[in-house]
Amino acid sequence: MSVGIPPFQSFLDEHQENVYRFLVSLVGFQEAEDCFQETMLAALRAYPRLRPDSNLRGWVLTIAHRKALDHQRTRGRRAVPVAEVADSKVESDAGGAGEVWTQVRDLPSKQRTAIVLRFAGDLPHDDIGHILGCSEDAARRNVHEGLKKLREVWTQ
Amino acid sequence: MTQLEQALRQGANHDVSEQAKAAAASFADHVAGHGLLDVAYTVLDAPVGPVLVAATRRGLVRIAFGPHAYKDEVLQDLSDRISPRVVEAGTYFEGVRRELDEYFEGRRTRFDLPLDWSLIGGFGRRVLKRTAEIPYGRVSTYRDVAAAAGSPRGARAAGNALGSNPIPIVVPCHRVLHSGGGLGGYGGGLDVKRFLLHLEGAL
Repeated sequence: MSVGIPPFQSFLDEHQENVYRFLVSLVGFQEAEDCFQETMLAALRAYPRLRPDSNLRGWVLTIAHRKALDHQRTRGRRAVPVAEVADSKVESDAGGAGEVWTQVRDLPSKQRTAIVLRFAGDLPHDDIGHILGCSEDAARRNVHEGLKKLREVWTQ
Repeated sequence: MTQLEQALRQGANHDVSEQAKAAAASFADHVAGHGLLDVAYTVLDAPVGPVLVAATRRGLVRIAFGPHAYKDEVLQDLSDRISPRVVEAGTYFEGVRRELDEYFEGRRTRFDLPLDWSLIGGFGRRVLKRTAEIPYGRVSTYRDVAAAAGSPRGARAAGNALGSNPIPIVVPCHRVLHSGGGLGGYGGGLDVKRFLLHLEGAL
């Protein structure tokens, strides 16, 4: 029998940290755990349909992104990216770095998502386009526009 | 990279390793009740070394130990042959753990665990089902289990089936020996076969 996709547990071991970090960026520390469980549950449900050459990282971050949006919708409020949660022990020198994330939440939603996927999810532009449902170029433009707006308001 | 991009990366670089690990560890509990856990597994400690046990909703489907049982290979095999929904779930195995402990302490002479035979079919399954009927502390031969499974001249095929027993110990292939009195083979290593037969007072 041919070797297929890895057993789900290997997938979970490999991606748990990335997904968790990404969710913290999208919904904050307090709600990341719930979103993480919902994300992995949805991933487990769909997992047998994946092909061995699937981009697992892009795939699971897509699910995480959707779950984060669902979560915010049911909570009836907007994204609260990362550094909002001041009680988290962010690296001591991250003061200025944390600041910028509080400004990310004021971006238009596509730009916000593009920035989160790019800098918290570390995804390439074509994956971001895939998640946003737009072209790679459009994804690049969203990142670019987002950065431009941030640059206007960000003071180090 | 601009300073702004650096700041974004730095600001997103939370150390979440502990939270992620804890969340992943409780994932199996979150899965419960959704009907999605096709294969659960855990690794137990035993006198024969670490023992990987795996179960489906039907029952115990795989036991693996010994020098040739590489965890990654065993899990990939379960993933390919049963379902890739393979999740570590230690809490599912309290019954298995207890029965194995009692067996190794000499306080249990038969297992009352539901079994899933789906990893072996045909003649092999018939051989193993006959093997499962050999009582504690007794032994049989490859020839006899082959005959009992309907193939009097299938001793060699029976040996192969026993060698690929997916549920050793619980399906006691260690109780099957050569007709000439030799120990024969054992997937988990001959030392373990000898150990189990000693434990049962059959050697």
